[in-house]
Order: sequence, then structure tokens, then C-alpha cells
Amino acid sequence: MKKTSIPSQTIVITGIGGHFGRAVARRLHRHHEIIGIDRRPVDDLPKDIDMEHIDIRRRSVEDIFRRRDIEAVIHLNVLHDPRARQEEHHDFNIVGTQKLVNLCDEHRVPKLVFLSSANVYGPDPTNDQFLEEDAPLMGGQNFGAIRDLIALDMFCNTFFWQYPELETVILRPVHIVGRVNNAPSRFLRLDRPITILGFDPMVQLIHVEDVVSAIERSLIPGVRGVYNIAGPSPVPLSVLIERLDRNPLPLPEPIARGVLEAGWSLRLSNWPVPELDHIKYVCMVDDSRAREELGFEHAHSLDAILDEVEAMPLL
Amino acid sequence: MAEDEPLTDIKDRIDQTLVDTLDPEVWERIRTMDAGQNELGYDPFGFQPEFLKYIAPAAKLLHRRYFRTEVHGVERIPDSGRVLLAANHTGQVPIDGVLIGASCLFDRDEPRMPRSMVERWVPTIPFVSYILARCGQVVGTRENCRLLLRRGGAVLVFPEGVKGVNKTFDQAYQLQSFGLGFMRLALATDTPIVPIGVVGGEEQMPSIWNFESLATLLSMPSFPVTPTWPLLGPLGATPLPTKYHIHFGDPMTFSGEPDAEDRIVQSKVDRVREAIRELTKRGLHERRGVFF
Repeated sequence: MKKTSIPSQTIVITGIGGHFGRAVARRLHRHHEIIGIDRRPVDDLPKDIDMEHIDIRRRSVEDIFRRRDIEAVIHLNVLHDPRARQEEHHDFNIVGTQKLVNLCDEHRVPKLVFLSSANVYGPDPTNDQFLEEDAPLMGGQNFGAIRDLIALDMFCNTFFWQYPELETVILRPVHIVGRVNNAPSRFLRLDRPITILGFDPMVQLIHVEDVVSAIERSLIPGVRGVYNIAGPSPVPLSVLIERLDRNPLPLPEPIARGVLEAGWSLRLSNWPVPELDHIKYVCMVDDSRAREELGFEHAHSLDAILDEVEAMPLL
Repeated sequence: MAEDEPLTDIKDRIDQTLVDTLDPEVWERIRTMDAGQNELGYDPFGFQPEFLKYIAPAAKLLHRRYFRTEVHGVERIPDSGRVLLAANHTGQVPIDGVLIGASCLFDRDEPRMPRSMVERWVPTIPFVSYILARCGQVVGTRENCRLLLRRGGAVLVFPEGVKGVNKTFDQAYQLQSFGLGFMRLALATDTPIVPIGVVGGEEQMPSIWNFESLATLLSMPSFPVTPTWPLLGPLGATPLPTKYHIHFGDPMTFSGEPDAEDRIVQSKVDRVREAIRELTKRGLHERRGVFF
């Protein structure tokens, strides 16, 4: 990757307690001063990180912005728990982000980086093979639990004209796989992952560290906009499963849906049924804009990504 | 894993049997053709030249034995670089696409897989969805076509669309109106167009009448009634072994504004249409009979 020197900054990372938040913190704390915000208890963070255990909706968050001259906010604090109550989900995500952007505006923070996801486009049979940033965010048409993220993504999109001084960067990475506990990583950790009989879509994966690199590039002064982020070239789902030496369980779609629905309502599984579309249709992105404008390059091959899958147990 | 081994063994043997039906030299050229695949053998659209071993033997059988295609001028397709192949569309079931594909694989020194654009509902059909993708077929969106051309692919289009396939026998070999989209893309990407005239398709399933209301009811694009279908049941839907003649024309290049008015683009499309008409006329003229 091209080395553009990023000046040392004071950066607030919200949602630092997650697996991904910690990965971002571990990379950035060497060059930047990091202040972490999370309402969850957080351990194994580097010692030089200021940690604030606080809900971002609380008034006292403002103290962090009063005390220090914040130069960038990396907003990772998006609750994505399909089992959580809708109101709580929505309030935490939307109101939290609203509060945060108001603080950025009042305290003249020059940069906000928001981590969205390529899932906002949604898997669909009529999708272009590689969706560009201006494609409609259709992920919510079948999958309710992602509507929050779409609303947030669109909300952050309004900052471009609402807060023109604030350099907003929205990143939409493809499935982040490795030392994180998200749905695609958990799926690939299953001994017998369910597949839909007769479907084998192309999928894009990306290594955690490559997404961190994209965030790092977003901190370059002057960078703003929406960027799709993808890793190595796409492969069929069956190839991923084969390379992990898993034993897939192909089910006809109605049966797969029935099994998942029963599992979901009996609380035996936490897989939302509409997520099946991800192993049925394509939802891939064209990341050429990030590669041209951010100078983003992925450093980890497919093998490196799949090696990381094994690094964490299935929780 | 031990109990899996006999299964893998059987699979390998079936694969080998399929490959053995092909000329080893030809298969080697097909397997190793450059379609922009990654290190795992897949291109971004899911095309895997290696997968053609499951399709190529059947396609070759249709091409050589059943329809006994006579191919003229397939070398006119450039060996590399982007190109649009524009053909007339005939015959109720799109055998023409298969045979054009087979000509490009078996009748050229340098095999090229023409990538055709499939309907948007194709990815919703189990098995068909990924089998077509592995054979290089792509969902027909404008962006996909543009990307294929940018990557130097050979894209097969039927500018008549479904209108050409569904016409009844009284309109045999009458070209329907052409869409303009392919020309706009050719202008935007500076792509040469190779016109193709296919003869033989119209007689494989001569449709007497299109039962439109039933087609609407079954949400099919058309419901052709032929002398044998639906009278003889599924057997009646088998295409007759007509002899196909495929004529490839010289590449045509166009220049101009891709966003020009329809009228201006239409005049360019008409030149392609005229070329295809000439090629089909030549095919009709040269053939001695429908079945031989």
C-alpha cells in the first residue's frame, strides 16, 4: 500500500470493545492518541488507550470532547443483535449517532469515519455482479434487522451537505471474516454449514486487518465520501467451504427455511431466516473508487483470511 | 474422510470419461483459455473454463451430430480483445446460443467462450443458476455487459430479444426490430461488432400459433403450439434435427456519441441488422434442404 504519512491525531473510537474495535485500536494506538468509548466492559486493550465506559447517548460523553481536541471520530458503535428489542436497537443506533454528530459539529471535529457494510445493498438475483456506491440500498426489503444500518448509512450520507466542514467517510466493506464474531465468520466456523441445494453464489471476503487499513486511509485529511471496500477476487461459496475442509449440508430451500424458522422461534439458533439470501444470491461490490481515491489495497489473500477463521472458536 | 474416497474416485472417473470424449488438444486449449480467471480458476462472474467439461461433450454432440452445424468464417472473431457478437434469434428454444458457443470453442484454433446475457430470473432457478454461471453466462444488466467488455470479453447478444425466439413460422427468418442498447454499449466502449446469421433454427420447432393467454397464465414469455407440441407431450417438444448453418461476418466498427438520439443510433443499428440479414440470406441460399 502507498505510504501517505498520516499526521498523529487524537481519535475517538466508539464501540471499541468489540473484536473489530479492538483490532482498530491495536493498529492505530502506535501513531495516534486513542480514546475509546464503549458501554460494555473491555479488556485486553493496549495500556495507553483512554477508556471511557459510557453509553454514547449519555450527556457526559460531551466531557470527552470538551477535555481534548478531537481530530477524528471512528464510529463503530452499531448494535446488531437480531434478538434485541427493536426500540432499543433503533434508539441506541440512531439516537446515539445523532448525538455523536452533534458533538462533532459543536466541537469542530474535522473527520468522522462510519463503518457501514456492503450488506446494505442486499443480495438479489437482479444485482449487478459488482455494485457501485450509488446502487440503491435494498438490503432491508427482505431482512428487517438490517434496516437500522441502512438508516444509519443514509443518515451519515446527509452529513455531506448538513455538515460540510465535517469530512464524513462511509465505508461499506464486504463480509469481514476472521477474528470477529459476525455472521459470516460464524457461518464458516460451522462443522456442517447449511447451503441451499442448487445455489452457489460468488462471494467476496475481506480480512479484518485490511478493513483497519481502509479506516486508516480514511483518516487522511481531505478524504470524504462513500467507499466500497473489498478484498481478494471473489470465489464461489462452495470453494470457501471446500478450502476450509468443511462438510456442507445442502438442503432444498423450503426445508432450509423451515429448519431455520423453527430454530429461530425455539431459540435454538440465532440465524435470522432472511440471511439465507446471502448464500443464495450475489451481493458483491466494486471497490475501484476506494482503490483509486483512498489508495486502498488489500494485503491478505483468501488463504490468509480463511486461516483466521479457525483462530477463534465458534461461540 | 476415508469413506469419501470411493466417491471422489467415481467422480474423477466420470470427469475423465467426459473429458475423453473430447479431442485432448482441443480440451487442453479450452481448459487453459484466458478468460481473466483468478488463481482458483474463476472469473469475477463465476465462469470456470474447467467446468466446461460437463457441458462441452453434450454441446459437441449437438453441434456435430444432431444439428450437424456448418460454420463459416468463425475466425473473423478476433482472437483477443473485446467484441460484441450480434446474432438473429430463432427457434422457440435458444439452441442458437449453444451452437454459436460450440462453434467458438470447437471450430477455432484459439477457443473463445462467448458470454451471453441471461434473463434476470435465471439466478432464482436452483442448479441452473450456478451451472450457467460456471459456463460463462452472465445476468443481463448493462453494467455487467460493460464490465465484460472492459475485461476484453466476447459478449453474445441477440438484439431482437425474446421477440425473435417466439415468432410463429409464417415469420420465419424475418428479423424483428432490434434493441438499441447493444449499440450504445458498443459506442461507449469502442467495441467492434461481429454480425452472425443463423439458419436452421426456425424449422426445429415450427410454431403454428402462440397461445398467448396460456403463456400469461403460466407467466411464460410465450406458449408455442407446434405440430407435435403439446399434442405428443414432452416428446413433442424435442427440437427436430435440422441442419444449422452459421455465418460469421466481418467485424464492424462504429464511432459516435453513445448518448445520441435514438434516431442516430438506430441508423447504426440498421447497418448491423442489414449485415445479419445478408448473412442469413446467404445461409438460406446455400443450404440444399432443411435436414441436410
